[in-house]
Amino acid sequence: MPRALEALAALKGRWAGVADRASLDHPAVNVPAADLLAVLKSLKEEHGFDMLTDVSGVDWAAGARPRFTVVYHLFSTRSHEYVRIAADCADDAAPEVPSAVGLWPGADWHEREAFDMYGIRFSGHPDLRRILMWEGYPHYPLRKDFPLAGIETILPDAEVVAETKTGAIAAPMMGGPFVAHSGGINLTDAEPRAKDESWTERRPKPGA
Amino acid sequence: MPAEHAFPDSAARAAAGGFETEKMSLSMGPSHPSTHGVLRIQLELDGEVVTRADPVIGYLHRGDEKIAENMTYNQFVPYTDRLDYLAPLANNMAYAIAVERLAKLEVPPRCQATRVITAEMARISAHLLGLGAFGIDVGAWSVFMYSFTEREKLYRLFEELTGARFTTSYARIGGSSRDVPEGWTGRVAAFCEQFLPRLEEILNLLTRSKIFVDRTVGIGVISKEDAIAYGLTGPNLRGSGVPLDLRKDRPYCGYEQYEFDVPVGTRGDGYDRYLVRGEEMRQSVRIIRQAIAKFPSGPWYAEDAKRIFAPPKDKVLTSMEELIQNFMIVTEGPQMPAGEVYFEAENPKGALGFYIVSKGGGVPWRLKIRAPSFCNLSILPKLCVGAMVSDVVAILGSLDFVMGECDR
Repeated sequence: MPRALEALAALKGRWAGVADRASLDHPAVNVPAADLLAVLKSLKEEHGFDMLTDVSGVDWAAGARPRFTVVYHLFSTRSHEYVRIAADCADDAAPEVPSAVGLWPGADWHEREAFDMYGIRFSGHPDLRRILMWEGYPHYPLRKDFPLAGIETILPDAEVVAETKTGAIAAPMMGGPFVAHSGGINLTDAEPRAKDESWTERRPKPGA
Repeated sequence: MPAEHAFPDSAARAAAGGFETEKMSLSMGPSHPSTHGVLRIQLELDGEVVTRADPVIGYLHRGDEKIAENMTYNQFVPYTDRLDYLAPLANNMAYAIAVERLAKLEVPPRCQATRVITAEMARISAHLLGLGAFGIDVGAWSVFMYSFTEREKLYRLFEELTGARFTTSYARIGGSSRDVPEGWTGRVAAFCEQFLPRLEEILNLLTRSKIFVDRTVGIGVISKEDAIAYGLTGPNLRGSGVPLDLRKDRPYCGYEQYEFDVPVGTRGDGYDRYLVRGEEMRQSVRIIRQAIAKFPSGPWYAEDAKRIFAPPKDKVLTSMEELIQNFMIVTEGPQMPAGEVYFEAENPKGALGFYIVSKGGGVPWRLKIRAPSFCNLSILPKLCVGAMVSDVVAILGSLDFVMGECDR
């Protein structure tokens, strides 16, 4: 039996909340957020999964239950296998899971990114601030309810704004998703179009 | 400079009756020549010694993952060019294999061999630039000129194969955008032939150079344990003595057929990382030669993947069935099953991973890019503390990162 399957079987025996997760490639389990740290620690120290390769947030769309999941990919430098650990965030309004920085210092940036993009908080993280967007940015861009074109946002530094008269503007062209689902979306609406275009051949020009 | 040689902090010095000093804060970048793009490091200095380093990234953030959720799998291929833009062919391949894993699709041997050859050429091209830029960072200017001459030859071969020098967009889900041109593999073999002696010349400029050795030996030492704990991959991990190479340890795309060695360092300093990259180029030439020697004939795309790979253009224009097939793949995207996959490929900078969550159809629900440069840079705050400002430049050069990939 490969080491990864053995390890996950041991986890399932030890924690009642650990359950199999559907996967097309690597062995995967769902773990309750409360047991997450203990499970990761056991994988690292008892089963040889010594490398945290990736931490990724997933948004299952506004209204989905649960809405946010954090997915960890661990790699063993000895047996060269991956395992996938997924933890659902209990609270959709204030998603939170424990931080793995104590186990892997490399988790620091990954968790900051998930916080930056999804607003998922990692309790116990020593320095949880934005990493790709700037400090003070008000939105979480990878959430499904954030539009593709972006949202107009003022820059945090009033002096810079006064001097340069610039801000973060939405993309000049709206549109998307750039794919035709049969019968799903209106393709005319998905076409790339100038943002201020308030009428199309389907919607009459206002006031005309 | 090792941490124990660093000056004691100002308070301790004042207590010992010395001068009262204060820390200086220095913003290095985002447009500093040694930060290779738009990395900014907020340094806190005690004289010349770094006491705290806080990398500020995101200047090149384009929201690639958001874009991926809004287009078909094939439409995202050009965006992968712009991750590690020094090795677009390797990114194309890693992305295509990740999606093919989702579709449970195997591409035929000819396509695999083409992908291996192009990925290894991309590795040579990326390492040449990495070494050239590293040389410039520490004062050896001429290396850059020689290595760029060789890269130019590679770019000509890329152009002949893909139609573009830089942003190749060569891979497609289930195949490539086109077959290998007549006589191209022969020209690649001829490049390898003349490249090996040139590579020795280039490496000779650095390996025994007094200045280069002085500036890199013992600088930016990463221990084995730290390298693993921070998730370092690629030459930065192997430079620290961890013999982990996904091409060997989790072979994909037929890498198990080729014979090559995985170089590792012993001390984990900047010089070791340089040596590893130099040797990797020689090994890449070895792989390319083997792949060319037994370059398979036969189909170059997965012929049975009717809902994934678009039919040949001449058939599209003459046959109704192929026309419909082409239309569906272009408008709705290659049809994928629902599920999750994670695939990492050994790219020049390290393990480039794609985590794809699919709900079926032609668009990923979530596509996470695990960028090696992002993970490699996360060790910077630890690495810079105790170093001199000029060593920070050498450390950055030895990590060989690309911001296009780090910020995505």
